[in-house]
Amino acid sequence: MKPEKPLEPEKPLESEKPAKSRLNHQAQAALLFLLGATVLHAGLTDLHLRYVKSGLRPLLLLSGAVLIAAAAATVWYEWRRRPHSGHLGEPHREPRVSWLLTLPLFALILVAPPALGSYSANHTGTALTKPLGYPDLPDKGPLRLGVGEYAARAVYDHGRHLRGRPISITGFVALDGTGAPYLVRMSLNCCAADAQPVKIALTGEVPPVLQPDTWLEITGTYTPRRTKDPVNDGPVPYFRITHAKPVPAPSDPYDDAWNG
Amino acid sequence: MATTTTPTRGTEEPPRHDDERAPDEDSRHLTSPLLLTLVLLTAVMFQDPVRRALAAPVMQSWMTVFVAVVLQALPFLVLGVLLSAAIAVFVPPSFFARALPKRPALAVPVAGAAGAVLPGCECASVPVAGALVRRGVAPAAALAFLLSAPAINPIVLTATAVAFPGNPEMVLARFVASLLVACAMGWLWQRLGRADWLRPPARSSYEGQGRGVAFWGSVRHDVMHAGGFLVVGAMAAATLKSVVPGEWLRAAAGNPVLSVLALAALAVLLSICSEADAFVAASLTQFSLTARLTFLVVGPMIDLKLFAMQAGTFGRTFALRFAPATFALAVLVSAVTGAVLL
Repeated sequence: MKPEKPLEPEKPLESEKPAKSRLNHQAQAALLFLLGATVLHAGLTDLHLRYVKSGLRPLLLLSGAVLIAAAAATVWYEWRRRPHSGHLGEPHREPRVSWLLTLPLFALILVAPPALGSYSANHTGTALTKPLGYPDLPDKGPLRLGVGEYAARAVYDHGRHLRGRPISITGFVALDGTGAPYLVRMSLNCCAADAQPVKIALTGEVPPVLQPDTWLEITGTYTPRRTKDPVNDGPVPYFRITHAKPVPAPSDPYDDAWNG
Repeated sequence: MATTTTPTRGTEEPPRHDDERAPDEDSRHLTSPLLLTLVLLTAVMFQDPVRRALAAPVMQSWMTVFVAVVLQALPFLVLGVLLSAAIAVFVPPSFFARALPKRPALAVPVAGAAGAVLPGCECASVPVAGALVRRGVAPAAALAFLLSAPAINPIVLTATAVAFPGNPEMVLARFVASLLVACAMGWLWQRLGRADWLRPPARSSYEGQGRGVAFWGSVRHDVMHAGGFLVVGAMAAATLKSVVPGEWLRAAAGNPVLSVLALAALAVLLSICSEADAFVAASLTQFSLTARLTFLVVGPMIDLKLFAMQAGTFGRTFALRFAPATFALAVLVSAVTGAVLL
């Protein structure tokens, strides 16, 4: 009836080896817990949207929970482990490379780097590709389009439904080497490592002072004028601004509408 | 000289002299949770200077890509680790002996084709292949599985079909070329590979322990191990992504031979998840379809992140031989497949 003797095993002579591995495992359990908690935090808030697609969220939450469960299981089995059977599992040292797992923790908790912005946009060519089709737009009235959708319709559909009507678009500002302004939205396929920009060149009533990475909602009209991206010669349509106002960055800074 | 060798031998790895080593070991290990706490506290204290130092756009973009690669890969790593722990604990070794053909030459293509059922990216396949080797599967067959699983599973093939709407033959070409390379590498290992190149996976068996202990012990070990190497690979990929200028790619796209080699190298350097690489390949419109096929075949089989993870799981001796051979074969097979099918 008394299977557990919690105090007996702590005799110094008996517990030397298990104490070593227990502490060792405790550090790993702490690291696993922190990693799991950080992933859960990123998944539960909008933080993950800066780095990965929203579709990954359930998997992030699941993996965070599994990591925390692994930490809890490690602590639980360490606590229950008897000193004489303690050495069975882990004859090897904790691999040093595991310490590197603290780096993503610091990066996410302390720094939480922003979503990719004008720096990446200037170093990557526009990723505009011809879409499979063009969903119907309302016939009249003002339009609200994404950067990618406007660019695709302007370049590949010759602005068929865009002519002569007010359009508003939201994106961030990037200035190329010559100071020419672009409105950009990065698009993700999977995570920020494969993010690619879609760019619109700005003309018309461009605000006189533009800070890169400011989010703007611009209103204006279609213009058939085009230019080429200096990085990859990709097509970049122009947009004639009539009005521009700064807006807060959206919770999902990336745009994935243009490639379905 | 004899006087110096004795103490160094003593401090290295004496198998028996536990009593002598214990105090030294103990003090080192006693510090590990303390060290973790200290590191975390120091980082919190100095967060403002650290943030200022990281405010440069290059550093920010580096960190964003770094965090993104880790976050993207982590769920798939955890999935692979759970699967690998389940194989290690709940599947008896006799199952694989029965399921796979006795002759390794036949087991290789069967294991390669079995890769089609593991729905994940390459981060999942490394721990699973490690578990297969531990469970007594012939290394040649396990390696064929390791190479084919990330490339030919339904999720990845669907993504390829979506990314190349105008070229459905791309899906077929990717499937054929990846399976061919996986089987060829398996057979090559069977003929030329030596058992001592392959470090026996660094873990004792879990016999004699409860299943719960064994399962979670395996999960903990694999996450700590493969996760550390994932971080190494993510750092390398982030460095390349934020440093290599896009103009270099344009220069390479003009020449057919150079374009194949350039995209093969790019696949290794970028270390993109195999579920996403099709979209990246689709966006590299300057390049020929064959060059892009090479990108899709090489990427899931060998890249910086995978190399680090393979070296961690199977040993550096193995990875240094296996990775270049895989790379060469993958480039060759995809060039031929591209010439025939595309």
